[in-house]
Amino acid sequence: MQFMLLFSRQGKLRLQKWYVPLSDKERKKISRDLVQTILARKPKMCSFLEWRDLKIVYKRYASLYFCCAVEDQDNELITLEIIHRYVELLDKYFGSVCELDIIFNFEKAYFILDEFLLGGEAQETSKKNVLKAIEQADLLQEVRHHLLHSNCAFLSFCA
Amino acid sequence: MSDVVEKTLSALPSLLSLDSNAGAGKLSSTSKLGNLIRGITELTSKHDEEKLIKKELAAIKEQVASPNTTMRQMKEIMVRAIYCEMLGYQASVSYIHAIKLAQQGSVLEKRLGYLAVSLFLNESDEFLLLLVNTVLKDLQSTNLNEVCMALTAVSQMFPKDMIPAILPIVEEKLTHPKEVIRRKAVLALYKFYLIAPNQVQHIHSKFRKALCDKDPGVMTASLHIYLQLVKESPESYKDLTVSFVTILRQVVGGKLPMDFNYHSVPAPWLQIQLLRILAYLGKEDQGTSEMMYDVLEESLRRAEMNHNITYAILYECVKSIYTVYPKAELLEKAAKCIGNFVLSPKINLKYLGLKALTYVVAQDPNLALPHQMTIIECLDHSDIIIKRATLELLFRITNAQNVTVIVEKMLEFLRQSSNDYSTVDLVGKVAELAEKYSPDNGWFVQTMNSVFSLGGDRMQPDIPNNFLRLLAEGFDSVEEDRQLRLFAVDSYVLLLQGETASLPQCFLQVISWVLGEYAHLRPDQASDPGKVMRLLTRLLDQRHASAQTRRWILSALTKLCSSPVSIALARDVGERYFGSLDTVLRQRAHELMILSQDAGLRGRVLSAEGRLEHVEVDSSLSFLDGHVSEALAAGAAPYKPPHQRQEELAHEKALSLEPYGLSLPVSLSTCSITDRLTDRQSPTRLSISSSVSGNSTELSLKGGSTTLKLDGVKRVWGKEGYLVQQPKEVVEETPLPPTELPSPLGSFQSPVSQTQTASPGPEPDQERQQLASSLFVGVGTHHSVCLMGRTEAAPQRFRRKPKGTGSSSGTSEHSSNSSHSSSGTAAGNTLDSTTAATGQQISQHALGHPPVNGNPIVETPGPLPPVRDGGVAAEIPTGHTDSGTLADPNEDPVPVRPRDLPLISHLPAELSGLARSKLTTLCPGPDPGLALSSCRVYKEDALVLVVFVSNNSDSTLHRVALRFTSKQLEVSCVSGDLVEEVKGHSVATCQYAVVMMRASVDVELAGLVSYQRVPGQPRATPFSLRLSLKHFIRPLTVSTGEYGKMWLSFSHDVKQNLRLITAGDQSPLTATLDTLRDRLHLHVVDIIGSEGIVACRLLRGQPCLLHCRVHADSLAVWLRSPIPEFPDSLLYHCQKALAEA
Repeated sequence: MQFMLLFSRQGKLRLQKWYVPLSDKERKKISRDLVQTILARKPKMCSFLEWRDLKIVYKRYASLYFCCAVEDQDNELITLEIIHRYVELLDKYFGSVCELDIIFNFEKAYFILDEFLLGGEAQETSKKNVLKAIEQADLLQEVRHHLLHSNCAFLSFCA
Repeated sequence: MSDVVEKTLSALPSLLSLDSNAGAGKLSSTSKLGNLIRGITELTSKHDEEKLIKKELAAIKEQVASPNTTMRQMKEIMVRAIYCEMLGYQASVSYIHAIKLAQQGSVLEKRLGYLAVSLFLNESDEFLLLLVNTVLKDLQSTNLNEVCMALTAVSQMFPKDMIPAILPIVEEKLTHPKEVIRRKAVLALYKFYLIAPNQVQHIHSKFRKALCDKDPGVMTASLHIYLQLVKESPESYKDLTVSFVTILRQVVGGKLPMDFNYHSVPAPWLQIQLLRILAYLGKEDQGTSEMMYDVLEESLRRAEMNHNITYAILYECVKSIYTVYPKAELLEKAAKCIGNFVLSPKINLKYLGLKALTYVVAQDPNLALPHQMTIIECLDHSDIIIKRATLELLFRITNAQNVTVIVEKMLEFLRQSSNDYSTVDLVGKVAELAEKYSPDNGWFVQTMNSVFSLGGDRMQPDIPNNFLRLLAEGFDSVEEDRQLRLFAVDSYVLLLQGETASLPQCFLQVISWVLGEYAHLRPDQASDPGKVMRLLTRLLDQRHASAQTRRWILSALTKLCSSPVSIALARDVGERYFGSLDTVLRQRAHELMILSQDAGLRGRVLSAEGRLEHVEVDSSLSFLDGHVSEALAAGAAPYKPPHQRQEELAHEKALSLEPYGLSLPVSLSTCSITDRLTDRQSPTRLSISSSVSGNSTELSLKGGSTTLKLDGVKRVWGKEGYLVQQPKEVVEETPLPPTELPSPLGSFQSPVSQTQTASPGPEPDQERQQLASSLFVGVGTHHSVCLMGRTEAAPQRFRRKPKGTGSSSGTSEHSSNSSHSSSGTAAGNTLDSTTAATGQQISQHALGHPPVNGNPIVETPGPLPPVRDGGVAAEIPTGHTDSGTLADPNEDPVPVRPRDLPLISHLPAELSGLARSKLTTLCPGPDPGLALSSCRVYKEDALVLVVFVSNNSDSTLHRVALRFTSKQLEVSCVSGDLVEEVKGHSVATCQYAVVMMRASVDVELAGLVSYQRVPGQPRATPFSLRLSLKHFIRPLTVSTGEYGKMWLSFSHDVKQNLRLITAGDQSPLTATLDTLRDRLHLHVVDIIGSEGIVACRLLRGQPCLLHCRVHADSLAVWLRSPIPEFPDSLLYHCQKALAEA
């Protein structure tokens, strides 16, 4: 895999992971062009794109688009399932994930991605193992009560 | 599950209507990140966002610089910096602090530090060097989390040069008790392998251990490495086939823990990876493929559930089945599977079905036939991606009969498409098809016009170049050439009369060149000579014409000013551009002016006969030598080409990191070597390497190219040694009988009836039916007749000189093989099937059918014998394919006598692909029952003499032995030194490797064959054969720099003037050197201006270098070698070769 992008329906990038060395300028150009191209496509259209010399596989989950660029010989369908597995992992970790989880906790989303894909290749395909690894790392954090606290505060902000 | 996500997410219409139940607000309102994110989402304009981020970045900068910032705060800052970067703003001040965080923070902070580093930095970033120590420390940590983090970071990016520093520790981790560590270590090594393969050469055995790891996760990870390794060299990993097959069988059989199931399919990632590896292993290898047929079939069978993931496996499985050595039964199942994809209502599957079809039709075009209606539907699909994939499929099934329809569809797509990348690609394909299958001139020119106007200036430059070359070089008949050119001229005149603003520059340039060159063909050119000129002038003055285009137009005008009217026009134009700021334009305007004033000059330059002559350009600018040497004598610095100057500048600035590498580019060393070469001869010839000629000469060259003309040159030697000449070349050199092709609309009548019955669509409307019949005409239906492969056998209208024929004939071989297997006949190009095919075709011809696509007639070398009633079979030359393929390029291809064939068929398999000489009969000895023939096989590292001992009598020969005696040759037996018995009417083969000990012109090799017709009564017959030096010469591939060094170190030299060969449009030097190369197997190292350097070597012996220079009408050759006899003998052969040419 060459890179993975997550972006919203409004075209805002939510996550970007590059597995090939590209300059900042190239990255920006690619993600801008790609976001535009994908957003212009209708919902019933094919999930695969031949874009420049890359193969793009994308899927929309609610308001978020997940998009991967793979090499020519790679299997498009399995890439689609990689995306799906990642969504499953996020869902399991956050408990019914939504875009806001990813916006406000993008570093967690990155950690999960790093446990699942490493250097552009699927590292661990067992859901259980990935989550185990993440939780182990998280255990060190004084997480749970802190999160609880922040949740209340956030509620009061919204009110 | 995804439905739940879907629901949750769709409950949020947008970001701002915050509904913070689920996990929405795990963030403190006081947190700075929270504030930042909320701040950004509330903003509406890009400008406000920029302002806010600028402020944020300034705050970050201040905080990171402050000594009071704790690591914990730093972590928080880093998250904000990552966020800013994600929005597209550079937070470069924080990079160094990210590294620091990874270095000094506690475990949690470290984790974020590593993440930030991996997001901020590139593999090539120098900052990464600062991370090496941290990684090293963490790898050795007792905290597993830290080890994991370090391995994760390393697998994402690591400075290449620093790999040795951590490699031993990473290797050590392969035996770590924790599987997660082992897994990450394997992936880290995979990454190392990708960026620096030679660093991990020594741990291949450890990879094998990882493959056998008891943890499936580690094993899966190791497959990434194996996929890469097997892809690069399948040969080295054939022994693992059994292991991979076993693993796949276990996975498919559900032997893995349930954790690895994905939607109740066992480890799909693992399966797909294994299928890909197996495909690489089984490719073109029957033995290995046979091992995997069973498991491939099982995978195909097991993947039956209707879920994306099973389709993913099926797709990979089908790809593998079509990649490995074919097995009819499996192919059939795979084809059925492709059908399911194509017919699926799911658009993703349909797309993959089309892709799979595209992949397989190259092997069997029949596979497309059942899906005609679906393909037609996809052609009008609303999704451009599907459309594009369909066109790609059609491109693969194009033939001479459906080309017009398919090209029309492609052009239609191009007119709607706005995507640059696919336009460039598709335009190239249209041009290729047009050139290959064009039915007539008008269509060809029109299509190319569309190509140029649609492709615009983005398209590959070789499309216009090829087109112009095709027009310029022409093809078979002069009349045909004239018509094509005239047609092009007429259509361009028409175009120029209309609106030209929308035409791309490159098209305008093509138009100007063609009009300049061929406008004289127009019948009205004589009556109205100014017409074309006026059109071009009008174009010249238009604002949209670029400076480059104007140059082309002026060149065209220069060629056109021959009549009084046009001279006046030319003078007018010349005056206007006389003062142009563009120097090239100004120069051309000057030239035009001078030409229009000087009638004598015009007569010489623009004479009607002169058009056909090839203009020689002295690109070395040798006429300036006097001037240059004067200047040099006066103390001027010698000329250096721009790239050399730059190189030197770069050298001065940067440190050379590779002190011992060959850092000199060829061109640079060229210059120095030629200087060294020439300074012994004449000190004035320093300007040889200034090969850039003045712009003014460009227009006289075809297509304005100043590069070496090597197109017409046959490729005889390649990297692997002697390139076997494929039948393709024979096809191309065969003059085609000028049969007019049937028009595509008329000819599909007969095949239609068959194709229609093949498509069981639910009553497709007439229009589509018609489209289908025109698209699929000629696909598959004639296939059973044509055994020589579809694509290559199609009559090609415009045939260019062979270029890269090796690869295309490879595919032709492939497709012919697959057609054999699909039609159920024996594999391989047996003589019988060829004859049968030809015979069938000819009888069809005789019956009055026009020759259709896939015409094997063109395979015959030489014109076809006239077909008279009845006597068809007798006139077909037998065995032509063989003689065409394997003829020795040294000698003219001789028609092989029927009796030779069985002998040649005895040639050992390992030699049959190599170039060889024709058979020579050795001893017409006293015994009529015994015949000896020999043939030389040219191997890269040896000359193999194959002697065929044929026993023509009924009785058996015993103890047949050959003995050779020669002083100058060393003959060693490869096989068949002593054959115990040769049965009646059979042939024994003996192979000898022959090496020339001392270089000499010709050597007599005497031999003695001894045998016993009656056991106990030995008989012997002497024989002899001549071998000449040229059989032992092999090209010596050296660079110009190496040549220079060798030249100076050799002492024995000979000088001689040789005859120059003039051939066609090549320069005499090129033609002569090419002749030498083709006949004597020399290697032409370089040609610079009027000099050429050539190198060769004696088999297992010393080299000889040739330095050739054109001098007046002859070629001054200077040979040097470390051995004294070699140059003399070689010179003799050079003389002979040139005399024969």
